[in-house]
Amino acid sequence: MNHAQSANKAAAARLETALMSVDGVTLQYKTPNHLVTATYRVSLDIHKTDRLVLLGPSGCGKSTLLKAIAGFLTPVEGTITVKGKPVTGPGPDRMMVFQEFDQLLPWKTVNANVMFPMLVNGVPHEEARARASDAITMVNLAKFADAYPHMLSGGMKQRVAIARAMAMKPDVLLMDEPYAALDALTRRKMQDELLQLWQDVRFTLVFVTHSIEEAIVVGSRIVVLSPHPGQVRAELNSGFAQNDRGGPAFQQLTTRISHMLFDDEATSQATEPAR
Amino acid sequence: MSETNTMFASPRPEFEHKVTAPVGLGDVAKPLSFAEKLGANPAFRRGVILVVLALTWELYARWLASPLTFPTFLETLQALLDGIASGIIPQRLAVTLETLVVGYAIGLTIAALFTTAAVTTRIGTDLLSTFTAMFNPLPAIALLPLALLWFGLGRPSLIFVIVHSVLWAVALNMHSGFLSVSETLRMAGRTFGLRGMSFVFKILVPAAFPAILAGLKIGWAFAWRTLIAAELVFGVSSGQGGLGWFIFENRNTLDTASVFAGLLTVMAVGLVVEGVIFRSLEAHTIRRWGMQSA
Repeated sequence: MNHAQSANKAAAARLETALMSVDGVTLQYKTPNHLVTATYRVSLDIHKTDRLVLLGPSGCGKSTLLKAIAGFLTPVEGTITVKGKPVTGPGPDRMMVFQEFDQLLPWKTVNANVMFPMLVNGVPHEEARARASDAITMVNLAKFADAYPHMLSGGMKQRVAIARAMAMKPDVLLMDEPYAALDALTRRKMQDELLQLWQDVRFTLVFVTHSIEEAIVVGSRIVVLSPHPGQVRAELNSGFAQNDRGGPAFQQLTTRISHMLFDDEATSQATEPAR
Repeated sequence: MSETNTMFASPRPEFEHKVTAPVGLGDVAKPLSFAEKLGANPAFRRGVILVVLALTWELYARWLASPLTFPTFLETLQALLDGIASGIIPQRLAVTLETLVVGYAIGLTIAALFTTAAVTTRIGTDLLSTFTAMFNPLPAIALLPLALLWFGLGRPSLIFVIVHSVLWAVALNMHSGFLSVSETLRMAGRTFGLRGMSFVFKILVPAAFPAILAGLKIGWAFAWRTLIAAELVFGVSSGQGGLGWFIFENRNTLDTASVFAGLLTVMAVGLVVEGVIFRSLEAHTIRRWGMQSA
């Protein structure tokens, strides 16, 4: 009784500060032959203006977890709440930027793409136009506002997707490996731009990646997930200035995380029976 | 195994160049000449083919010299102009097109209803795939005797066969178009908060538009052929005959040039619908959106 009460109190205290909370979430999905457990009892809090990175090797369920936060998947166990309300389905309070370039509507111009979610959700036309043009300017695409998505490069398409999500002013911005399909130079530029954007707007971000370097650069807080099934291995603070990339402290954190990921993998492979 | 070791390739000097503007090349982007532009114009190239075809026809028919079986191009053109001037061809064409538009519209509506049911419910999917598998291979003309029995001689029978010929082809294309819409686009639509009908019309329909347009084209071609053939069989009994009946009538009076004129009209309508209506629809939609290359 006493224990339960204190646990409740702790949960209530957490809710007060956390914008969003993932509590003991187990996720499963079916493939034609298997029922796969993607994450097992994952708990984490997301605070306002956090840049929370979900980092892990492939198969740690990080993308699945992000999809559950977006509302595409219902947890088998545990709850996901935003501002104290449980997530029941996808919605514009949690806009998502996907990895694939085909997330833009090809039949709409850049401007119309950015305006579309706002119009669907009842933002008046004039206001939507103003917010769209602000967001497009923020991602440096003002010159391409009237272009169709097929005329843009991959990096530009991702910028439009970010602008589209930001213009909605969501509670949380979800990004699922948004730069994984970009070349290294563009990726680096996009990471810097994202940080600059955060400096200007201070939004809340949940970012999925499998790159340790990207996690350290982008994140203010890094959740390291272990694979098969995904469990929280560690939660670390990051927060390097953009020009710290490659410095000794940066290197140290990289090494620490890669030890976490690869040493675990080595032991799990050693103990796993041969197939 | 080999003795040569690539690690010890002979060292070569490094160098850096200053990039200068090319001299003597003129503009980097040079406008194309008139002839080059003309050659790149598909309308012009196809026009040339038509002219060559007409010329070959004229020469062959003159050499054959048998107006009863094969009139010359000029005779056919004369018959066509006469038919248009006397108002017979436009009137027959109007009758045919009116029937077509009504049948096409009904077919599309039913196809849209079917496909919407198929993407929203599982029983709808089963119904659609079973029906298309059963009826799509069935030539519309084969239903004509049955249509005559049910609806009698006249327009309702024609509309029935047109609906049959349009419906399955369009429904099949629409459905496969909806299924091929990428998962990312679907998820993006759902994060915007779109559900049900608004999801179908704001995301699925435009995203599947290339397939839908292909379905519309196939449906149109089926409907047009079916209609002309059906009119040949019993167009006159509806009181006013269409183009098919015009062809049949003139064959009976051995006015072969007018038969050819009727056939030319059938082809001309086909070309206009394909080359003008559908082409401009494509240019304003899927080609502009980068869903189809020019």
